Amino acid sequence: MSSQSTILIIDDEPQIRRLVEVTLSSNEYSVIAAATGEEGMREAAMRRPNLIITDLGLPDVDGNEVVQRLREWYDGPIIVLSVRDSEQEIASLLDAGADDYCVKPFRPFELLARIRAALRHHESAPKDSIISFGDVVVNLAARTVAKSGADVRLTSLEYSLLALLVRNADKVLTHRYLLEQVWGKNYAEETQYLRIYIGQLRKKLEDNPAEPKHILTESRVGYRLITTLSQNT
Amino acid sequence: METINEIRPDPDQLLHELKKEEEQSKRGKLKIFFGMCAGVGKTYEMLKSARQAREQKVDIVVAYVETHKRKDTMALLEGLEILPRKTMTYRSTTLEEMDLDAVLARKPRIALVDELAHTNVPGSRHPKRYQDVVELLDNGIDVYTTLNVQHLESRADTVAQITGIPVHETVPDSVFEMADEVELIDISEEVLLQRFAEGKVYTPDRAQTAVKNFFRKGNISALREMALRLTAERVDQELQEYSTTRAIPGISKTRQRLLVGITADPDCERLIRLTRQLAYASKSSWVAVHVETPGASNAGIHDVLMKHINLAKELGAEVITTADKDVAAALVRVAREQNARQIIVGRSFRSNIFPSHNIVDRLLAFSTDIDVYVSSSHHETPRHRRHITLPRFTSEPRQYIAGLGTVVLVAGICYSLLGFLGYQTVALLLLMLISVLPLFFGIGPVLLAASVSALVWDFFFIPPQFTFIIGKAADILMFVAYFVFAAVTSILTSRIRSQERAVRQREERTTALYKLTKELSSARGQDNVLRVAVENLRSIFRAEIVVLLGEPDGDISPTPHPSSTFIVDEKELGVAVWSYWNEKKAGRHTDTLPNARATYYPIKGSRYTLAVFGIKRSDTAPLGFEQENLLDNCIALISTAMDREFLNELTRRTSVVEESERLYQTLLSSISHELRTPIATIMGNAENLQSEKVRASTSIVDSLLAEIKTAAERLNRLVENLLDMTRVESGLFKVKLDWTDVHDLFSSVLRNVAREMKEHHVHVGVMDNMPLVRFDFGLMEQVLVNLLYNAAAYTPRGSTVSLEAEEQNGVCTITVSDNGPGFPPEALERVFEKFYRVPGTPSGGTGLGLSIAKSYIEAHKGTIVVENRLNGGAQFTIRIPTETKPMLIDNPFGTMESEQ
Repeated sequence: MSSQSTILIIDDEPQIRRLVEVTLSSNEYSVIAAATGEEGMREAAMRRPNLIITDLGLPDVDGNEVVQRLREWYDGPIIVLSVRDSEQEIASLLDAGADDYCVKPFRPFELLARIRAALRHHESAPKDSIISFGDVVVNLAARTVAKSGADVRLTSLEYSLLALLVRNADKVLTHRYLLEQVWGKNYAEETQYLRIYIGQLRKKLEDNPAEPKHILTESRVGYRLITTLSQNT
Repeated sequence: METINEIRPDPDQLLHELKKEEEQSKRGKLKIFFGMCAGVGKTYEMLKSARQAREQKVDIVVAYVETHKRKDTMALLEGLEILPRKTMTYRSTTLEEMDLDAVLARKPRIALVDELAHTNVPGSRHPKRYQDVVELLDNGIDVYTTLNVQHLESRADTVAQITGIPVHETVPDSVFEMADEVELIDISEEVLLQRFAEGKVYTPDRAQTAVKNFFRKGNISALREMALRLTAERVDQELQEYSTTRAIPGISKTRQRLLVGITADPDCERLIRLTRQLAYASKSSWVAVHVETPGASNAGIHDVLMKHINLAKELGAEVITTADKDVAAALVRVAREQNARQIIVGRSFRSNIFPSHNIVDRLLAFSTDIDVYVSSSHHETPRHRRHITLPRFTSEPRQYIAGLGTVVLVAGICYSLLGFLGYQTVALLLLMLISVLPLFFGIGPVLLAASVSALVWDFFFIPPQFTFIIGKAADILMFVAYFVFAAVTSILTSRIRSQERAVRQREERTTALYKLTKELSSARGQDNVLRVAVENLRSIFRAEIVVLLGEPDGDISPTPHPSSTFIVDEKELGVAVWSYWNEKKAGRHTDTLPNARATYYPIKGSRYTLAVFGIKRSDTAPLGFEQENLLDNCIALISTAMDREFLNELTRRTSVVEESERLYQTLLSSISHELRTPIATIMGNAENLQSEKVRASTSIVDSLLAEIKTAAERLNRLVENLLDMTRVESGLFKVKLDWTDVHDLFSSVLRNVAREMKEHHVHVGVMDNMPLVRFDFGLMEQVLVNLLYNAAAYTPRGSTVSLEAEEQNGVCTITVSDNGPGFPPEALERVFEKFYRVPGTPSGGTGLGLSIAKSYIEAHKGTIVVENRLNGGAQFTIRIPTETKPMLIDNPFGTMESEQ
């Protein structure tokens, strides 16, 4: 986790901006704040932040448009702040290029976790081929999975799904993205496959499949694989 | 009783008068300066009246006056306000017309519009000036105008007979009757002729021809008499109306109704005019009836028929079309239905099927209680113009070629086989071909094929071959018989086919109406009604449709409804707007703005005009009578359906308003406390934290921060609940069903309530082989979170809360139960009510959670019930019908149970 990363926050609410600023500066990030979409995009172009956090409901430009316009040239991570019940919009934003999202009112640790995951993701392009979460070890090079030292047998689709989740650890992946990557473009709406295979992965990898700790459901949006158990209270 | 009835004015009549008066008070008044012919001084008199009005400071303008350069007349124009005319170019000539829009914009009290019978330049809004005048009247402007007797629709025929000059420009009698005042301008024949001679009427060069042709003394006398009689009749009528209104006994008669049969016979036109005159003279209403017989009708007949029907309509008849094999029986039936005591038919009235069978005789036989008037035929010698329905030649060139081709082909084969067959057999073969052809081709190709085959047979087969000479007498006979047979077969076949077509068309019309009625009645919501309407109109009339919706406070929306299939440009929109405001159809094939590409029909609702439908057909010909009728019916059906939806929407909106008022009240009384408590906590504690003294103790700071956090969370939950509720109330939230793994759902829910349920045991039980179900994951998550949160809040610490699911026969059952105290019996009924809180429960709840849960379950078409369990505790049972999909077979899920 590199400190002194620069983060741009675009939000029209001064209180939210202030909250984010305090949260981030106390965690040794340097913060740039912008109150409108236009200002935000200008700042992004001039200061080249390592990560951008943007609100969905901006007064001048639609958050959706902000993401799309940023994505035309900006390749750093973008995290979207939104209110509850805009999951549909979030899913489409994620598909359109945003990296993650945080629902208002959010808890600071939650936002920090998202930022860390997004930055880590972005910085370490050549990935370790061995990734572990809990007592599960996934060896991407050898295509093997072990839990508590014992090999776990996965079908090839199960493995593809797991590998995708593991490669994007701590990042939310939308239903559409998972389906398209694992099953193919024609399966983008066939969520039943995803439900079944996620269920099977949990059954095989979680200590208690009824209460998964790693393969988490993001209601109406997608799934997220958590590698480091956060200080979730 | 009897005497009272006789004296008391007919209430219908009174109402009619009242309505008429009411309409007239809104409408402008029409004054007609009426004369026998040109030159009597109508315009002069009109201008004189105008000057008088002007002197009395009445706002009067000259909209259009033709002085014909007469000096006296021009002098009278001085000092009157003259509106500029509109110049229009038609076929490279520049013509001047009244500028209707300018008059409407100027909105004077009275407008002078000369020559009521004038025909406007093509491209004007209305084809006829009287239609412009009607629009002025509709807009509350009084109109002074001039009219000659020969231009009256009902007199045009007679005038043409007297003078020998056909009258082209006519005004419907209904417009004449609309006049509030008719001033007859009468001078003697001598004076008029004198004026001609002096060149006061026409410029000298034109005067000679005019006098020669039209203004002969005999003609003038006849016209004068006609004008005088008409005015007298009118006075009579006014007197009659007055006496009925004021109940002067003795004068009023029973209200009569006349019925005239409409046929395509040319004589019928005269019959229609006659009936109108009779009806007018006897102050009765009249009905014109057309009986559709199964007989063939061709385009020619159809056009004449349409002309007659339109004439009857124009002359003020109610037109009824009915279908029957027996014309006489149908006429009598309609007469009885319409309460008509008199039937008027022409001597030449015949049915299409049995032309020889005179309908008049049958009519007399049927109508024992109805008078039948038989009008003499127009021409002195009764014409036996038997109407042989001439077949229609409508086949495409391709058909002709194909017909011809077959003949040539068969003839070719026969020629090669001539040795075996003999030439007479060839005739039979060709004849066989000709009798089969009508099954595939129209009459034209068949007749052509018949003629060609006869000639081919003659030339190639009959000895001597390769000449048209026929040697034997028998062969000549054969040749003639051949021709006749071929012709008759083809005519008969094509007639049957056209009859079939007529029947089929009628059937199609009925089916189309039925389909539209059915679909409209099942369509819910304005958008669906419009979609159904557009789809049906499109397929019935093979037309493109545009829908422009009216807005409650007036104007028409310029953007077409999404169901429209073409877009309107500025010009077309203008036509639609006119139709909208005038509540009349406009555009193509109508009297208003006929140059438009589409015809626009207003959809009238009970409150205001709801929309305008624009119908653009690829076919340039106007709709036939039946089609027009069908369209009117469709429009009426659509109007009813749209009005229904409009009123529904209105009711819904009203009830939403009422409901939200109630919600607002409850919100104020029950939520204010819930909102204020956490806010007070946050504000108070934040202020405390600002004080140095408090900050000295870390433990106090920690506890205050914890309090703030708890209060904020409580506030957040309340706000989320209120937002959820608002979404439900507004009807805006949508259920998005998606395949859901119940295990996944439960784990997600448990993660959400983990903190609230820290001190409770949770038991999760999911049936073995639980399939995937179709839920809205987010909504169901919210439902279960609310239920679990409820359980956690109202059961003591250490209680066990169970969350269980099973599926059977496509119904998914989820239960949430606890072993707490359960609900007091009276509360069971009410727990799902908004803002209901079980009395005596600790504060912190909103009374919304369960209500929201219920709404969400109902949005899934499911049910939720609550009961107290026998061995204590409450149990919520959710049942939702759902599609299911089994989990993979190769890797079945075992039972998953966990205790927390």
